[in-house]
Amino acid sequence: MSALQSDIWTLNMGPQHPSTHGVIRFILRTDGEIISDADPDIGFLHRGMEKIAELIPYASFMPYTDRLDYLAAINMNWGWALAVEKLAGIEVPRRAEFLRVITGELNRISSHLIGVGALASDMGAFTPFLHAIRDRERINDLFEEICGARLTYNYCRIGGVSEDAPPGWLNRLGDFLDYYEPMIDVFNDLITNNKIFVERLRKVAPVSAQMAIDYGLVGPNLRGSGVKFDLRKQEPYSIYPELEFDIPVGIGYHHGDLGSCFDRYMVRIEEIRQSVKIIRQCLKVIPEGEIIAKVPRTLKPPAGEVYCRTEAPRGEVGFYVISDGSPKPARVKIRTGSWSAMSIIRDLSRGWMIADLVAIIGSLDIVAPEVDR
Amino acid sequence: MASFSDIAKAVESKFPGVIKETVSEGLLPHVVVESSRVREVCEYLKTDPDLAFDFLSAIAGVDKGEQLEVVYLLYSYAKLHSFTVKAKVSRAEAKVPSVTSVWAAAEWHERETFDLMGIIFDGHPDLRRILLPQDWVGYPLRKDYKYPASYDGVDLRRDEKDWPDPGSEELYK
Repeated sequence: MSALQSDIWTLNMGPQHPSTHGVIRFILRTDGEIISDADPDIGFLHRGMEKIAELIPYASFMPYTDRLDYLAAINMNWGWALAVEKLAGIEVPRRAEFLRVITGELNRISSHLIGVGALASDMGAFTPFLHAIRDRERINDLFEEICGARLTYNYCRIGGVSEDAPPGWLNRLGDFLDYYEPMIDVFNDLITNNKIFVERLRKVAPVSAQMAIDYGLVGPNLRGSGVKFDLRKQEPYSIYPELEFDIPVGIGYHHGDLGSCFDRYMVRIEEIRQSVKIIRQCLKVIPEGEIIAKVPRTLKPPAGEVYCRTEAPRGEVGFYVISDGSPKPARVKIRTGSWSAMSIIRDLSRGWMIADLVAIIGSLDIVAPEVDR
Repeated sequence: MASFSDIAKAVESKFPGVIKETVSEGLLPHVVVESSRVREVCEYLKTDPDLAFDFLSAIAGVDKGEQLEVVYLLYSYAKLHSFTVKAKVSRAEAKVPSVTSVWAAAEWHERETFDLMGIIFDGHPDLRRILLPQDWVGYPLRKDYKYPASYDGVDLRRDEKDWPDPGSEELYK
């Protein structure tokens, strides 16, 4: 009989792996099933977005921002539009601001649906994923009506939005919310309060608030660690100051550890409710009027630079834009939420099981193209 | 919450002469500090209880021709204020001290800036390419970068009319 094998194994996870949600590779060094090191190897989807931005006019970069985070395309469009509007000093019409908030929050719901659904499916529960996809299809139908696309919307424009809501669309959106709001409870009954699911996550890979800030975690991942910070509240843009909503944070749900995988999951579920609340408020008071400001055909923002941060579903997305007064940006740097979420994994996964790494990736809600850009 | 000029003054009084240039106008007020002392300044910005810049939002490399810039975009969750520090280095010797010991987030941001802009971060524990393959030649975000004709036996030539080389001179007059 041979002796027990006691050495460290090097194992490849990905680039094609069902739980990495895209093309991400981890070089694992494991002691049996315990991870001693997980080195993320990224860049498979690197398309040189920042370089492309320097080669084309400001408005032409809008469709590219869709592809940054394809699950929350409108929030990415919005971040880019806002940065350029600040740079060029463009005032956005009020109706367009409402349409941006409505579609942005709707996109946040659909993005979180994929986030929580995929986490459930990674944990072995496939049905909740189908529930999430089913409801997301209805959101996609609404998006198709308003802008013609179901995934990469290219909806925001510099100075406003591309299309006004078609007749009856706002009513149909209200109908959808009436249908969807009880569905959150159905989803919770199905999976969120499921004992097996809770036990699987509530004590796995807790991130302390200090560690989260040190690694630059943003959005739901940061709030999952109990930091009550949301750019929509603390550095409000658009019409968010007029709207009422709460910032859900992790509290160690189900007697788990603060900042565990389950807290991050739970923050997303609660954020869906808040988004529904925001859209309902907007539907009540959305004014008539123009949907896009008068923007010159060749936009030449004055020389200068701006760093504009917005709250996307995966947290802060920052566009650092430098203009030299020409029709093309001199430099664009894009800071995304998945990037920092990815960078914490190496430190976070040490000492956990390989199966827990799947939970960690899922709970951080990483989207590969946003990491690689 | 401290204003931009208060923070700049605090840095100046702690490290006299370290600030080479202060730009308080415009959408992004910032200070340019001596590149060799970036780490000290950043450490002070993070640890001083009145400034408490606990969050490194991003590090960006910018090609300004003769010089390269490293831009540190900072924010404080404790005090809810923001600040921007820049360091200028020469193109030939693009090197700044690493701030990985100050913020853990810097590790990846610095690797990215090294990968795409070719700035060396002195003291970084693991400075290798992150987005591009390890054997890639050149730093794509530099303005004079030339596209390679091939990589790993794959032909990368493009239609020069539709997609001119970003390093070509008529684009960057």
